[in-house]
Amino acid sequence: MMRYPGFMKTSAWLGFIFLYAPIVSLIVYSFNASKLVTVWGGFSFKWYAELLQNDQIIDAAMVSLKVAVSSATLAVVLGTLAGFCLSRFGRFRGRLALSGMITAPLVMPEVITGLSLLLLFVALEGMFGWPSGRGTTTVIIAHTTFCMAYVAVIVQSRLASLDESLEEAAMDLGAHPSTLFFLVTLPLIAPALISGWLLSFTLSLDDLVIASFVSGPGNSTLPMVIFSKVRLGVTPEINALATLMILVVAIGVLAAAWQMRRQTRRAPAA
Amino acid sequence: MQLSEYTQQPAPVQAPDDVQAPWRRADAEPFVRIENVSKHFGEFVAVDNVSLDIYQSELFCLLGGSGSGKSTLLRMLAGFETPTSGRILIDGVDISAIPAWKRPVNMMFQSYALFPHLSVADNVAFGLKRDGVPRAEVKKRVAEMLDLVQLGHLGRRKPHQLSGGQRQRAALARALIKRPKLLLLDEPLGALDKKLREETQFELINIQENLGVTFMVVTHDQEEAMTLSTRIGVMNQGEIVQVGEPHDLYEYPQNRFVAEFVGSVNLFEGQVTEDETDFVRIHSPEAGSSFFINHGISCAPGQKVWAAVRPEKIRISRDKPEQADNCLEGTIDEVAYMGSLSVFRVLLPGGRQIRVTKPNMARRFDERLNYRDRVWLSWSGDSCVVLTS
Repeated sequence: MMRYPGFMKTSAWLGFIFLYAPIVSLIVYSFNASKLVTVWGGFSFKWYAELLQNDQIIDAAMVSLKVAVSSATLAVVLGTLAGFCLSRFGRFRGRLALSGMITAPLVMPEVITGLSLLLLFVALEGMFGWPSGRGTTTVIIAHTTFCMAYVAVIVQSRLASLDESLEEAAMDLGAHPSTLFFLVTLPLIAPALISGWLLSFTLSLDDLVIASFVSGPGNSTLPMVIFSKVRLGVTPEINALATLMILVVAIGVLAAAWQMRRQTRRAPAA
Repeated sequence: MQLSEYTQQPAPVQAPDDVQAPWRRADAEPFVRIENVSKHFGEFVAVDNVSLDIYQSELFCLLGGSGSGKSTLLRMLAGFETPTSGRILIDGVDISAIPAWKRPVNMMFQSYALFPHLSVADNVAFGLKRDGVPRAEVKKRVAEMLDLVQLGHLGRRKPHQLSGGQRQRAALARALIKRPKLLLLDEPLGALDKKLREETQFELINIQENLGVTFMVVTHDQEEAMTLSTRIGVMNQGEIVQVGEPHDLYEYPQNRFVAEFVGSVNLFEGQVTEDETDFVRIHSPEAGSSFFINHGISCAPGQKVWAAVRPEKIRISRDKPEQADNCLEGTIDEVAYMGSLSVFRVLLPGGRQIRVTKPNMARRFDERLNYRDRVWLSWSGDSCVVLTS
């Protein structure tokens, strides 16, 4: 293990530098006092203060948060149902097809997901008059569809590792199958639901491509606003905004990872 | 089962406690009746036309290897599987159509299946709460039950904070609290180490006797079955091969499967040469000798039979015994010293190996039989059982 200590250390450092140098430079320059992005002019919180004055950005942030919270919640509900079906209803017709299809959105190019959803929404509007136009609702629906796949996979793996005799024991002790889900199954998969929610939240917050396809005027999400601003030139203000987003996403991902670790550590006792 | 019709063997000795052994009385009413129950999984027949009567307060054991159908039978009693055909009656009521959550049957799972998110006391209270028992009574009964299994001080712990033995007792308490008519136990001692298993099995018997609940245990461990149960049903390939008290199964097995599954045995294939009402003589080419058995059997002349002798019923000595029958000479091929007893493998001139066990009565080593000693094996006419299948 320790035969090439120098080599190991160097390669680890190189890897981390490669991954994080761009992010670190972005964070560092967000505290730059100078208006020129690439010239260091001293430390300051000025751009963060300016950010709070920018209504366009604040509005976009609110839209993003609203979309992320709603779609994460919906994705958890639908993903749990899907994951539950896949792992608990034994061998039904089309089980394999369904389990393959549920993971498809994970590998599908976002452009295609976005485009197909846009076409669907337009067609639906033409036929039923709903959803009328593109806006927050369509973004929520779009984000729910791909986040749901992540939740289903997480829930399914958690259920697979769960001792099935726990549910049988509850039934044996007099719990009707409908109550036993809430009394036993749900509390036991709760950590998976929490990590699924956090993951969906961050995925939704990050998404640019799908949102660009399905959102309407006046409903731009934060990544969309950043992207459009950057095309007109990078400002230190964007650096500050990106830093804040990195912070939120990092918290989400770390919390999800922490939940997962807690759940696997408890698993042997179950 | 049908073999017993033409294999007349001496009836098991009648003990005076017939009151405690209702299965010996013709007029006793069975408490659990399993009537011609079969279970098919597609083409596979897991349980094949099993009929079984179990009496009140019995500790009945289903013994069999993996895939013998014993667990499937247990799961049908619990209500997790529906029989393909047949009926199950408990206390006169047909429970076949009653779902698992309404049956007067509880189960202790092999993995214990304690709810990891609930404390021990909440685990035990789970069943009562589902029945809507008032809170004060739940509390009282849970406390009583935890005291019974000596977990009174650990009620607030979570299952993962308990030792293996404590978890086993918590699972037992949870299964017993609803006072089921029938308690099913799936390999109740399987997850415990040997020392703990011995203590726990007597504890289990005590609790069963105190509460008078009918227990049905599933196990693959014949030792566990022998010590725990009032009666044992041996299962093989979905069928019940023999039902009887531990003593009957061991001393009067009805076929080779039971003889070999319960304990170890030396089987000699042979043919009946003399068949009288009070004795038979069997010639066994592989033993190179004839055996005398002091009870009659009924079978066709020249039919292939097996003489079964348990290892501990064989005397082993350096000197030739005086008896003329059931006497073989051989060489000790292997000795296993196990403390309380020694196990010998004796090689007959024809190449056949025989297993003999002998308690180590003497402490001194030089008196013991050793590797390559020439020895005589002998047994009495009533130590041997004749099997026809």
